[in-house]
Amino acid sequence: MKLELRAITKRFGSFTANDAVDLVVEPGEIHGLLGENGAGKTTLMNVLYGLYQPDEGEILIDDVPVTFKGPGHAMSAGIGMVHQHFMLIPVFTVTENVMLGHEQTTPGGFLNRRRAGREVAAISKRYGLEVPPDALVADLPVGVQQRVEILKALSRDARLLVLDEPTAVLTPQETDELITVMRALRDGGTSIVFISHKLREVREVADKITVLRRGAVVGTAEPGASQSELASMMVGRPVQLTVDKEPAQPADVVLQVDGVSVVDPNGVVLVDNVSFAVRGGEIYALAGVQGNGQTELTEALVGLTTPTRGTIAITGRNIGKLSTDEILDIGVGYVPEDRLHDGLVGQFSVAENLVLDHFDRPPYGSRGSLNLRAIADNAAVRVQEFDVRPANGLAGASTLSGGNQQKVVLAREMSRPLKLLIVAQPTRGLDVGSMEFVHRRIVAERDRGTAIVLISTELDEVLGLADRIAVMYRGRIQGEVPVGTPAAQIGMLMAGSTSAEAAAGTTSLSKGAVAAPGAAGVL
Amino acid sequence: MTYQGTAPASAAEEMLPEAKPGPARRLVDAIRYGNSVVLTLLAMLCALLVGAIMIVIADPPTRSAMGYFFSSPWDTFTRGWHAISAGYVALFEGSVFNPDSLYSNGHTPIFGPISNTLLNAAPLILGGLAVGVAFRAGLFNIGVQGQLIMGAICAGYVGFAFRLPPLLHLLAALLAGVIGGAVWGGIAGWLKARTGAHEVISTIMMNYLALGLLNYLLGISGFQAPGSNQAISRSVHGTARLPHLLGPNLSLHLGIVIALLAALGCWWLLTRSTLGFSLRAVGANPSAARTAGMKIERSYVVVMLISGGLAGLVGCSQILGTNHALTGDIDAGFGFDAITVALLGQASPRGTIFAGLLFGAFRAGGVVMVANTGIPADVVLVIEAVIVLFLAAPALIRAIFRLRESRGGGVGVGQLAKGWNA
Repeated sequence: MKLELRAITKRFGSFTANDAVDLVVEPGEIHGLLGENGAGKTTLMNVLYGLYQPDEGEILIDDVPVTFKGPGHAMSAGIGMVHQHFMLIPVFTVTENVMLGHEQTTPGGFLNRRRAGREVAAISKRYGLEVPPDALVADLPVGVQQRVEILKALSRDARLLVLDEPTAVLTPQETDELITVMRALRDGGTSIVFISHKLREVREVADKITVLRRGAVVGTAEPGASQSELASMMVGRPVQLTVDKEPAQPADVVLQVDGVSVVDPNGVVLVDNVSFAVRGGEIYALAGVQGNGQTELTEALVGLTTPTRGTIAITGRNIGKLSTDEILDIGVGYVPEDRLHDGLVGQFSVAENLVLDHFDRPPYGSRGSLNLRAIADNAAVRVQEFDVRPANGLAGASTLSGGNQQKVVLAREMSRPLKLLIVAQPTRGLDVGSMEFVHRRIVAERDRGTAIVLISTELDEVLGLADRIAVMYRGRIQGEVPVGTPAAQIGMLMAGSTSAEAAAGTTSLSKGAVAAPGAAGVL
Repeated sequence: MTYQGTAPASAAEEMLPEAKPGPARRLVDAIRYGNSVVLTLLAMLCALLVGAIMIVIADPPTRSAMGYFFSSPWDTFTRGWHAISAGYVALFEGSVFNPDSLYSNGHTPIFGPISNTLLNAAPLILGGLAVGVAFRAGLFNIGVQGQLIMGAICAGYVGFAFRLPPLLHLLAALLAGVIGGAVWGGIAGWLKARTGAHEVISTIMMNYLALGLLNYLLGISGFQAPGSNQAISRSVHGTARLPHLLGPNLSLHLGIVIALLAALGCWWLLTRSTLGFSLRAVGANPSAARTAGMKIERSYVVVMLISGGLAGLVGCSQILGTNHALTGDIDAGFGFDAITVALLGQASPRGTIFAGLLFGAFRAGGVVMVANTGIPADVVLVIEAVIVLFLAAPALIRAIFRLRESRGGGVGVGQLAKGWNA
């Protein structure tokens, strides 16, 4: 199916989300749509999917102009969408999820599960999308759930598939598998719009790349274009993709974790006998796929969770009995992985958020009373130093973009003298420009002698920043590897192989993952 | 009505350097986009219109004129207009100012209506603050009724059971009332902190407990007025009563001053104190507050103590100022009107004062309206309810008056009406 968007313009009040965007997707083409957060990629796709009506411009399918009044309309025209957040019902089986919305019934009015099951099997066979048809979706790994989403779209005869940031939740191996699936679909004649801000993947899989910036198309590129070319197109200025840093100068041990386990009330072991030590002046990275115990381990480090077993010592002091407040007081900075949920109070102003964990200490608060002047002065300084935009301490935190919100959290945590900084997913959802900034600040904090624990699911980020790397899998530290370990080997650890297997098995991996270590960038 | 903390988003908007419009421009924008003051006024207008329809329907002469509407439509309009104007004039005369009082040689005091309005406003403001402060800390205190009853019982008991020197007695009774309400509210906060029991459920249940306790106490000796077989307690001694402000003939007492001081205190608490900062942070985002090292369980207990204490002051105003003796209906509906006042006041101290004055005026004027015109008192309740309903659904007002969608957010009535979990 050929899709053409002509001069699509979509405005929200005075804000133009899409400004005369042209996009042509040829039949059987994988079209990469590249852009920073807020560049208008999702808006454009929502226009295509009938969720928004364009203010100007038209949509042509196979050279025929169409208007979509809603997603149902777009679906029947052959457009399928796989959202970043899956629209699946966890307690239903794969077959039930696929048939949902266009259920077929037997004459008695019963669901025809058998026929649906056959259809699922047929489609999954045709495109090599392996799924267990009778398994509950809740029991499946994220990568397989995503395949179910794709199947769902294909079962409705989608001839153009929109994948919105599909790799954000996947392991490197799952990403490789997805890429294989995408190629199989393309060879079968399905057109694919692949939305991403990860340059490497887009370059690897796309046949053609369109770059959006601030709602407008800034250019198209061939997959042969270099990463830095694409990055500067996205950001609008030259970007440095790798982090410049000197070798680490490790000092004394700041954080000592010994045999820590966290068991949830249901008896599920979330963190399993983890031990490590981090010295001042080094970045210790905990890599791993989301949901392998990193979150719980981090929470234990700052006293938000009490470990079931084991001890944690910061600068030699056991923190077992300390409250979060007291732990932060030792000189611990904490950037939580979900900044809107745990890092910021959205309704508070930037200035208030900048003192969220030391508002009751001089000069911000004394004898029960806030010093609003000091809070405002602090905001003015931090906003300048961390280049928060808008540079206005009174702005509500929830009105800021993701990158600027993250800068506020970083600015707050780094505005105190630190001994230990724990940063979880520091660049999740950030655009290239903000990433660069955040990485530079983390390295600068390291060079000041602070011990840094970096928790990240982004392999490139880990490779770019870390001085030592540990991989977490199912609550355990699967292996600790030095810097310079090939990405593929770390990827295998993330997928559960032991260190020895990973070291031996790197050659069997696909080209994409092996190619990565050469580009030890952060994107 | 945007002060720091309530709506940083909209406040920020006005202060962006590139967008610093003059006062006229801001007024126009306020009307076009409908800021909270404009929306409130429009909601009141709508409510008065709905009330007018009710008055017309309830008015017998107008109804009979409707019977022959097509032969003489003018009758319906003149009678309807007469009923509406008589009703709203009575409402005004009962709550603000009655021109007749100028020529009555002192039989009807000039400040009578205002006195009644402020008399009713005091408990409404205090109760509204109780709900509002709790709301800002993320809790929905439905238990003002129970807390004010406990406050009234404690204040009343100290007031009639002890004999103390004048000022000391009043202070002791006030303190007892505050403690009574604070403990009753604090229990709900403690239950939430320790067991996770939802405060809406627990405070409602505590209301029943307080009512039951009150009714029991009104039947036992020591509480019940001697020689009476009615459910009424002994009277508070003169030494423990709140002094009258406008002479002995007008019922206005010191309660309104206490209410205004309490509002000032709440304003300081919420915007200027470290405690208020953490309470607000817990209210707006408990996870982030916890991550920043605040103790959210403690915050729940503390805010319910404060909220209950304010509710206890409502009880004090009732028992030490207005009534002097406990009866089964000592709460006089203030417990639940407090929620409405807090809604209208957007959980801000300043807004709560205005909302309390408005609803106090409705209460005072409603009595006169019923007496003078025979319009059912329910009309006033309907007007109050419609104001809040419209404000809870600002989209409705925007649609009716074709206002534009405002940019930016903040805690509004909408948020309060939806609750935090919505």
